Amino acid sequence: MSTALLIAAALLLPLAGAVGIALMSRRPNLREAVTLTTAVMLFACVATLASPVADGQRPQLLLFELLPSLPVAFRIEPLGMLFALIASGLWIINSLYSIGYMRGNAEKHQTRFYVCFALAIAAAIAIAFSANLFTLFLFYEVLTLITYPLVTHAGTDKARQGGRMYLGILMGTSIVFLLPAVIYVWHAAGTTEFAIGGILPPGIDKATVAILLALFMFGIGKAALMPFHRWLPAAMVAPTPVSALLHAVAVVKAGVFSVVKIVVYVFGLDILAGTTNWLVAIACFTILAASLVALHADNLKRRLAYSTVSQLSYVVLAAALVAPISIVGAALHIATHAVAKITLFFTAGAIYTAAHKTEVSQLDGIGRRMPWTMTAFTIGALSLIGIPPAAGFVSKWFIVSSAVEGGHHAVVAVLILSTLLNAAYFLPIVHAAFFKPLSADDAAHPHGEAPWQMVLALTATAAGTIALFFFSAPLLRLSQQLVPGLS
Amino acid sequence: MSLATHLPALQVVLPLASAPLAVLLRHGGLAFAVVTAGAWAALAAAIMLWLRVGEVGVISYHIGSWAPPWGIEYRVDRLASFVLVLVAGMAAVVLPWSRAVVEREIPRDRHYLYYAMFGLCVAGLLGIVITGDAFNIFVFLEISSLSTYVLIALGRDRRALAAAYRYLIMGTIGATFIVIGIGFLYLTTGTLNLVDMAQRLRGVENSRPVLAALAFLTVGISLKLALFPLHQWLPNAYTHAPSAVTAFLAATATKVSVYVLIRFYFSVFGESLVFERLPLPQIMLGLSLLAMFVASFIAILQDNLKRLFAYSSVGQIGYITLGLSFDSVHGLAASIMHLFNHGITKGAIFLLIGGMVAAGARKGGGVPAPTFDRLAGLSGRMPLTSFGIVVGGLSLIGVPGTAGFVSKWYLIIAAMEQGQWWLVGAILLSSLLAVVYVWRFVEAAYFRPAPAEAASMARDEAPLAQLLPAWLLVGAVIWFGLDTSFTAGSALEAARGLIGSLK
Repeated sequence: MSTALLIAAALLLPLAGAVGIALMSRRPNLREAVTLTTAVMLFACVATLASPVADGQRPQLLLFELLPSLPVAFRIEPLGMLFALIASGLWIINSLYSIGYMRGNAEKHQTRFYVCFALAIAAAIAIAFSANLFTLFLFYEVLTLITYPLVTHAGTDKARQGGRMYLGILMGTSIVFLLPAVIYVWHAAGTTEFAIGGILPPGIDKATVAILLALFMFGIGKAALMPFHRWLPAAMVAPTPVSALLHAVAVVKAGVFSVVKIVVYVFGLDILAGTTNWLVAIACFTILAASLVALHADNLKRRLAYSTVSQLSYVVLAAALVAPISIVGAALHIATHAVAKITLFFTAGAIYTAAHKTEVSQLDGIGRRMPWTMTAFTIGALSLIGIPPAAGFVSKWFIVSSAVEGGHHAVVAVLILSTLLNAAYFLPIVHAAFFKPLSADDAAHPHGEAPWQMVLALTATAAGTIALFFFSAPLLRLSQQLVPGLS
Repeated sequence: MSLATHLPALQVVLPLASAPLAVLLRHGGLAFAVVTAGAWAALAAAIMLWLRVGEVGVISYHIGSWAPPWGIEYRVDRLASFVLVLVAGMAAVVLPWSRAVVEREIPRDRHYLYYAMFGLCVAGLLGIVITGDAFNIFVFLEISSLSTYVLIALGRDRRALAAAYRYLIMGTIGATFIVIGIGFLYLTTGTLNLVDMAQRLRGVENSRPVLAALAFLTVGISLKLALFPLHQWLPNAYTHAPSAVTAFLAATATKVSVYVLIRFYFSVFGESLVFERLPLPQIMLGLSLLAMFVASFIAILQDNLKRLFAYSSVGQIGYITLGLSFDSVHGLAASIMHLFNHGITKGAIFLLIGGMVAAGARKGGGVPAPTFDRLAGLSGRMPLTSFGIVVGGLSLIGVPGTAGFVSKWYLIIAAMEQGQWWLVGAILLSSLLAVVYVWRFVEAAYFRPAPAEAASMARDEAPLAQLLPAWLLVGAVIWFGLDTSFTAGSALEAARGLIGSLK
């Protein structure tokens, strides 16, 4: 099969899956089978494309031109491949988990849930493969809109308010900041086609570059840079599988992916040198401030959400350091944080389903009742703190070493402080779960692990978190192609 | 003599002839058939004209073979052919839709009158666009306006009469201003042919009668196109008119007025007179901004969905006039594009709301107003209708993939070219107001539980005869958001032809 055809297949498969899911709305088992089959086929499709991309090919597909020199087109480069692999691979596991969760909690409107989920994945893949800024923007907005019904799935007042915040910030920032930046690039450069080294016209003055960078960075609300991060905790009203795949992987990673992509392919590292200090500062602030909020959050999903805000800024920080090695670190962190954070969300959902607990303070002694779940939690937490043998160590290594090489001592200090904060808000949970006794009330209400689909899913991602530490070579190989000098 | 050479005449004559025929037939069904056939024929003629302009350039047609400037000339350029397609297309879609709704909203013995008036209105609007004669513009304007007053007054709601009366007063003032303006021009140039008039105006641009003509025409046309703050007639007229009339007017009437303004500014006075020697661009820019913010804000506060989208129209007209005020190719192109894109968007929205109102009327006695209370749980009862309104709303916001996005794209480029960065910000911020009013609908339709007496969540979708035309327009909103060769292509070509054509 030609590569262009494979790209088309990767984009159409989730769409076809959505149609299939909708048709099977009255037969839940078949419907879930459609989801799983689609997910597996999509991953196979993306994985088939991976090796040509790693070998230096850049498969492409032109759909049509919206306006002259403004095409909707796809072209796979290493970073997009990485993102697509993560999103499609974790979709398989997440679907398994969703089945356990949605049935275990007897959620309503399950068909709508699976349909929107498949469409959201299609949008994420389209973002990953986009060949130009306009295509990226188009599907960025699509992703916002299609995840809205997922965030407000419960249909309650709380969900509606969370949805308002979600849509208000994501759409507001993308319309007010991102859109003019995209239009400016098209107008100034005559194209929005991504290219190594950037596409901005030579001789563009520093002030314009700085303003443009600010428009992009704050316009990509999905990267949750402060002060535009509030949508992410608000989105936690969604069912946990949504929080897990979309608000730890697909949506937020679409944000930081866009950040890295724009830094590398629209600006180019050379043009940005010396203009990104303010961005470094804001990213550092976001890392620390979000960690502090996480430290005080008693709701487990809220704590995880703020941890995500903090970790996303690792990627922005790495991109803002504009050194070749930091870009590699940014790309790797997109992958390593994804597997670790989805594991943590999986465990939060498993705890909710099995024990109906949502707060950190309720978790005393739960490790003995749910050993698999809490072991997975521990692995995910270790990865986020950055302790080997968990994947998070690898990406953090690259980010820290680029900060050291660049002589950014303050950044190094922030990274160390953040590591301590991460440990401070994750390790007490692990300690309480395994070493504190059960409360009297809990002892009277026995429960075991969550449904097997959920346990299987979280075990798989926890194993993946460790596997990525030992087998990081393929990821590294893809990431290094982002910066010509390194590969 | 082939039929093709007479296309410009047929364009107006076919719908015009359908109106008296409908009266003679005195039968609702037959009148419907005749007028609809007239509208479809007009659409076919409009499309053929659009294609022909692409082949041969400007088409000049001499009525009765009297050469201009003595005889009346019909003149079809890119801009005219583009607007003709919009007007005829909307008529062709709205008429079949209205068949079932008219049964409910208008007393049976007046059906044939409704169709006759509709035919007249279509003919009038098409005539305004196609004619190259200043007095002819006035005549067709009166034909379309008078029929519009009747159409609005046909609404079952008693307030429709008051709304129609108000529009009658305001519209007549506007028409009077226009005819005075045309009179001044005739006085100065001694001709009514627009091309001839433009040539004869060279050299006397600064004379008082010409400036007075410009002022009278600007105010008069601004009244008809509902430029803020001359929009007072619009919200009531849109709210209380029969649904089909609202949809057709929202999509075409104000748009044709914009066309007349563009025609006078760029083909008669010339932009150097309009934009360089008078502070008109500043005034128009200010009023456009007020429309974009104040009218959109008022829209947020409305409790009646029809009225909400009526105020939204006033706000969106602000975008159109804003583009005009830039006096640049991209600005003018954005205006022309938005005229079309907003037309189909609002047409779609009002047709869907009409379907919703009709469903309410099926159950109860009168015609219920689409208030937010009644919208509760709409997504369960009418999923396709609700979703269609959401798609239309996204186009009003300017989300990529919808028609509204394309015009906004060019509008922002035009603002950037002027170096007016604060304007870029203003355009974008005002579209956030659209997010708010569209999301008020979303939250009411999708989150508020259906009232208990509304027979729970039973499906009660509008019949296919209404869904199909409405969704045809919703489909067009998405189609023209992705394939812009017709809209952006025509608008850019028209704008390039107009800017600097009189230098």
